[in-house]
Amino acid sequence: MFSCRDLGLALASLACALGVMAGPPASADKYPGVGRAATPQELAAWDIDVRPDFKGLPPGSGSVAQGQDVWEAKCASCHGVFGESNQVFNPLVGGTTEQDVKTGRVARLTDAAYPSRTTLMKVATLSTLWDYINRAMPWNQPKSLTPDEVYAVTAYLLNLGNVVPDNFTLSDRNMAEAQARLPNRQGMSTAHALWPGQELGGKAKPDVTGSRCMRDCPGAITVTSALPDFARNQHGNLAEQNRAVGPQRGANTSQPELRTGVAPTAPAVTTAVTTASLAPPAKTGGTEAKVALALALATKNACTACHGLAQKIVGPSFADIAKKYPGQIDYLAAKIKSGGVGVWGPIPMPAQALSEADAKTLASWLAAGAGR
Amino acid sequence: MNTNDMSAGRLVRAPEGFLGPEGIRTVFSQARAGRRDFIRGTLVAATSAAASLAVAQSNPVPSAGGDPNILNLPEHSKGLGQGVATDGYGKPSRFESNLQRRQSPGLTQTTQSSVSFAPLQSMFGIVTPSGLHFERHHQGWWDVDPSRHRLMVNGSAPEMVAKPLVFTVDEIMRLPSVSRFHFIECGANTGMEWGNVAVPTAQYSHGMLSCSEFTGVPLIRLLEMAGADLKKGKFVLAEGADGSSLTRTIPLSQVLSGEVLVAYGQNGEMLRPENGYPLRLVVPGAQGVSWVKYLRRIELGDKPYATKDEAIHYIDLMPDGLHRQYTSIQECKSVITTPSGGQVLLDRGYYNITGLAWSGRSKVARVDVSVDGGRNWRAARLETPVLSKCLTRFNLDWVWDGKPVILQSRASDDTGYVQPSYRQTRAVRGTRSIYHNNSIQSWLVQENGEVKNVQLS
Repeated sequence: MFSCRDLGLALASLACALGVMAGPPASADKYPGVGRAATPQELAAWDIDVRPDFKGLPPGSGSVAQGQDVWEAKCASCHGVFGESNQVFNPLVGGTTEQDVKTGRVARLTDAAYPSRTTLMKVATLSTLWDYINRAMPWNQPKSLTPDEVYAVTAYLLNLGNVVPDNFTLSDRNMAEAQARLPNRQGMSTAHALWPGQELGGKAKPDVTGSRCMRDCPGAITVTSALPDFARNQHGNLAEQNRAVGPQRGANTSQPELRTGVAPTAPAVTTAVTTASLAPPAKTGGTEAKVALALALATKNACTACHGLAQKIVGPSFADIAKKYPGQIDYLAAKIKSGGVGVWGPIPMPAQALSEADAKTLASWLAAGAGR
Repeated sequence: MNTNDMSAGRLVRAPEGFLGPEGIRTVFSQARAGRRDFIRGTLVAATSAAASLAVAQSNPVPSAGGDPNILNLPEHSKGLGQGVATDGYGKPSRFESNLQRRQSPGLTQTTQSSVSFAPLQSMFGIVTPSGLHFERHHQGWWDVDPSRHRLMVNGSAPEMVAKPLVFTVDEIMRLPSVSRFHFIECGANTGMEWGNVAVPTAQYSHGMLSCSEFTGVPLIRLLEMAGADLKKGKFVLAEGADGSSLTRTIPLSQVLSGEVLVAYGQNGEMLRPENGYPLRLVVPGAQGVSWVKYLRRIELGDKPYATKDEAIHYIDLMPDGLHRQYTSIQECKSVITTPSGGQVLLDRGYYNITGLAWSGRSKVARVDVSVDGGRNWRAARLETPVLSKCLTRFNLDWVWDGKPVILQSRASDDTGYVQPSYRQTRAVRGTRSIYHNNSIQSWLVQENGEVKNVQLS
């Protein structure tokens, strides 16, 4: 975690190390010609992590208001305008109270009835939030935000959770103050035996262990949970998910379960092998190939995170778009590239960074009815 | 009991009475013949209804005087087969296409931040074919050009690593390598089952589990080459090169043991792109998220890092509202893979109960199997090899009498740890921790032969 501020020091240290030593360290002698010294520029380019003590945090600042602008352009499409959306990812904001900000423990975490755990309910270290956004967000364009934008988005998230006021500006100089108000800052424990070392304190003895009983072991043997009948085929036909030869088959879950003593209306088991592999390869260049290409592009560019084939997710379904804009290839291609808001609802679609040709392929598929 | 004693796994009293070796042979041959009859029936006349499974299948001599599969020589016995290198990279038989890694419907909204499960219910031995290895991606997978991939080794401060280094993949592969078998299990494996039964088969309940032979360079060697201060350093940060640039904190103590590898090989070939090609970290015994894929950087530091995947995700909620952080070890666990949920037994009679056991702390010491819901247990045979932090295959003879039974397996490891029941796990950890569910799995074999995923009180 060299930050830019460490660069001078790093350079000095390197120069010093090289000057003092007659050659590379002894262990390096063993493998001459393997590996070379990293340059300061290379270290600065890749060493981006930020620790809980804020080592590695670059200088910069961003306000809640600036964060809202970035948010609405680049984050709201997945997370909702207020970070509350549950449609693509777990919600980021919600479930924390003013009291939690005082105590540093989110009270609702003990409430099993509370529907979900938001990021602000969980996170105990502000560095984590900053580092997360900086290295991995936006989801489809990670590492595209400037440090100031990362400060701004972090400030906006904290503001949504009432951790900082509307007029707050977060910077490398006041991160510790914001940290001290994080709702779940006291909520982590390392008092367990699941860390393979002694560095974190922890416990040597596992918290749970089983019984060695071999005969007439105590305890009721009652089935308390099983899949309901309606879920029988929810994971697809299990006959097609088991080997078609061997001591058992997969159950044919496309049919109701076979009751003992009742003559079956269909085989309870089959030697089903999905026919795809036995069929000749799909023709190339035809409609099928174009559909396959469009679907692959939609998946690759994460379009499917927000648009379902037939159902609305965050944005409208591909089927609905196709219905609204038949034949309008150019319009659709332009819209994919530029993004937009207001046609289908308040959640904006960000501009998409894909090639003209790919946008055209997707648009042609949509304009032709978005078929499969 | 000595688990290497083969007699421990021999057939003993079945629920309905004792079968001698002669009886076992008879049952076995009948069952096998019955299967052949069944396969022929369904392949030749797939539309005709099969007999009720509760009725034992027989294999009478066909009226024509013999099995047509024997009497009428098949095409492959009478013709010329295909030539060498018909397929430069061979694929499984076309009859094996049911074995696929699969997504669990409704688990995630995107395929790029998602998981696919390995088909444990149809696999043998301990090695996962690389194409069936489970997947977990946080921001999609990439097929990274190895000629442009680099690995950097540096320190959290200049004094931590005297000479930060950059390696090409060529250079990593020039160094002396080791090859070791280890399992990798996602910390969230069996996570959907904490509160109740949620999925039908072993694929979805336990399939975020795979095992491979990994080849690579012990990480400690690279740290030594970079002049790392192994006294000041306490923690290693591993970072990926993909969009999520996933990072995890690894204890230096484990790195010092030499078992943490910078791996490029998987089952005799390079890592698959979905598994981190060209470089990934191998952290034996630790949950999969620590095995950073597309590994681009190693940093030695004096403090843990609280990265996104150890401070927001992959933290275990306890009933008191505290989250356990830096949970890494996959504790001793086992599952019967056949017969298992979603399968149908074709007949009464002999079956080989088989499954997998593993421990993130050491070797598996023994596996006990119950066919009566945990009232009584028998020691299963452990098949070789039995290796540390690696899957171990277990087997147990069993004769099914057609009555409902509940199958369970319970593993213990060399540290003395015994796999707990759901009741024991929930009593301490509640039902909402998502991660590290290693409770005993129960499969209900019904009278109609269908096997269901169940949980007991």
